[in-house]
Amino acid sequence: MNEKVVEMIIQGIGETLYMTMGSVIIGYILGLPLGILLYVTGKKGLKPNPIVYRTLDFIINIIRSIPFLILLILLIPFTRFVVGQSYGSTATIVPLVICAAPYIARVVESSLMEVDAGVIEAARSMGASNFQIITKVLLVEARTSLMMGFTITTGLLLGYSAMSGTVGGGGLGDIAVRYGYYRWQTDIMLITVILLIIIFQIIQNIGTKISNKFDHRKR
Amino acid sequence: MSVIEIKNLTKKFEIDGNTVVALNNINLNIEKGDIFGIIGMSGAGKSTLVRSINYLEKPSEGSVYVDGVNLGKLSEKELRKTRSNIGMIFQNFHLLEQKNVIDNICFPLEIRGVKRADAKRRAKELLELVKLEEKEKAFPSQLSGGQKQRVAIARALATNPEILLCDEATSALDPQTTASILELIKNINETLGITVVIITHQMSVVTTVCKRVAIIDGGNLVEEGLVETIFEHPRTDAAKELISGKKISYTPMKELIADRRIRIVFKENTAYEPVIANVILKVQAPINILKADTKDIGGRAVGEMILGLPDDVEKQEAIITELKNARLIVTEVDYNE
Repeated sequence: MNEKVVEMIIQGIGETLYMTMGSVIIGYILGLPLGILLYVTGKKGLKPNPIVYRTLDFIINIIRSIPFLILLILLIPFTRFVVGQSYGSTATIVPLVICAAPYIARVVESSLMEVDAGVIEAARSMGASNFQIITKVLLVEARTSLMMGFTITTGLLLGYSAMSGTVGGGGLGDIAVRYGYYRWQTDIMLITVILLIIIFQIIQNIGTKISNKFDHRKR
Repeated sequence: MSVIEIKNLTKKFEIDGNTVVALNNINLNIEKGDIFGIIGMSGAGKSTLVRSINYLEKPSEGSVYVDGVNLGKLSEKELRKTRSNIGMIFQNFHLLEQKNVIDNICFPLEIRGVKRADAKRRAKELLELVKLEEKEKAFPSQLSGGQKQRVAIARALATNPEILLCDEATSALDPQTTASILELIKNINETLGITVVIITHQMSVVTTVCKRVAIIDGGNLVEEGLVETIFEHPRTDAAKELISGKKISYTPMKELIADRRIRIVFKENTAYEPVIANVILKVQAPINILKADTKDIGGRAVGEMILGLPDDVEKQEAIITELKNARLIVTEVDYNE
C-alpha cells in the first residue's frame, strides 16, 4: 500500500473523529438542556407543563422518525446556509447535530427519570429550588447513566458520520464508499471498516470505564 | 406556644377524575420540645399529613402554622427558607447515592449557600453526634440500613432545625436497629430541644419515644392525647386495633371462646403484683388468660390482658370487682372486636 493511501486514511481518521466529537459536543449543547426541559415539564417532572412537553415531544419524534440518510439530503439547503457548502466534514456536522440533539434529549430525559423521586423530595424538604434540584441532585445522581448515554450517542454518531460518506461527507466512511464501492478496492474498504471497529471499541471502553469509576451506587 | 398548628386541614387528590379525600378537617397542635407520634394504618393519610407540615403537600383547605407563621401566605422563596428549618427523614433514607457521607450531610448547607469549610466543620460535629465518625468517606451503598438512617438524621440536623419530621423512619429497619435509632431521636430531642414529629404504623415506636400521639384513620383524626392515656383507654376502634395489633388479635379473638371477656390494663405497680392469681384464689373460679402483653411506656411497665371469665354471672361480677379493687382498668371486650 503506498504512502498516499496511508496519508489519506490518517486524514480520514482525523475527519471521522472531528465529525463525531464535533457533533456530539454541539449535540449535547442543544440536547442536554432540551432533555432537562423534557424531564422538568413531563408528567412527573418538577414543573409539569403538558403544552411545552407535548410540543417538544412531537418535534423530537418527527426528527427522530426521519432516517439519517434522508435527513442528510433534506438538510442540504440548510447546511449550505450555515457553513456555506454542503460537502466535507464540517458540513456533515450540521445534519449530524440535527439528528443527534433530539436523540440526546431523549437519552438525557430517560437518565433523569431514573433518579429516585424520594431523593428529589428529600432535597425539596431541605428547601432546594428547582434549579438546585436539577444541578445538584438530578445531574449528579444520574451521572453514570448520563455518561453511558453519552457513550452510546458517540458510537451512534461515529456510525452516522461514516454513513455521510455516501454523499461526500469526508472521513473513513467517505473513503470506504469511494474506494471500496466505486473502485472495487476491497482492501481499502476492509481497512476503513476495521479502523471504525477499533475506534468504536475504544470509545465504548473508555466510556464504560469512566462511568463505572464515577458510580458509587455499587460496592 | 404550639410550634406547629394545623387548622381545619383538608387535602383532596384528583385521581382519574375522582376526588379522594386524603385528610378530612384535621386540627392538631404540637407543642415545642414534644415528641409527637402520628399513627395510623397504611393509607390512613399520615404521610400526607406530615408533608403538609413542611408544605411538600399543599392543603386543599385549611392552614398550617409553623412558629406562628401561616405557610400558605409565604412566597415560594420564603417557603424554601422555612423548609430548610424543618429537618425530615424518611423510611428509605433518600441519601444521595453518588455522594459520600460527609457530602450528604453538607448537602442542605450547600443548598443554603454555606461556605464549604464551615459546612464540613458542622458535618463533622454531626457525625460525632450520630456516632459515625469513621464512616466520613463511605458511600451510602457501603452502609447498613441503621447507619444510613443515622446519616440521614445528621443531614436533617445540619441546618439546626427546630423541628424534625420522621416519616416511617424505622419501618425499614430491624427491631434492634429501630431501638437504637429511636434512642438517638429521643436523645436529640432531650439535648437539642428539637420538636420531633414521628409518623409510624407501629404502636411500639409510639410507646417507646412519644409523649403525645394522634391517631389517623381514613383521613380523620380520631383520637389525640397522652400516649399512656390512649394506651390505657383506647376509645376508638382504630386505637384499639393499633394497640392490639389487628392482624394478631382480630381473628383469634373470635376463636377464643368465653361467655364474657374483659380487657384489663395494668398500671405502674400493679404490673408487678400477682393480681390474677390473687383474684382466682379469692373468688375461687378459673380465669382464662386469652392474651397478654406488657409494654414499656416511657419507663413505666404497662400491661394489657384479655381475660375469659367463667359462665357464672355472680362470679364474673366478683372477679371484675376484685380487679377494680386492685386498681386495674377494666373494659368489656365485645365479640365483633
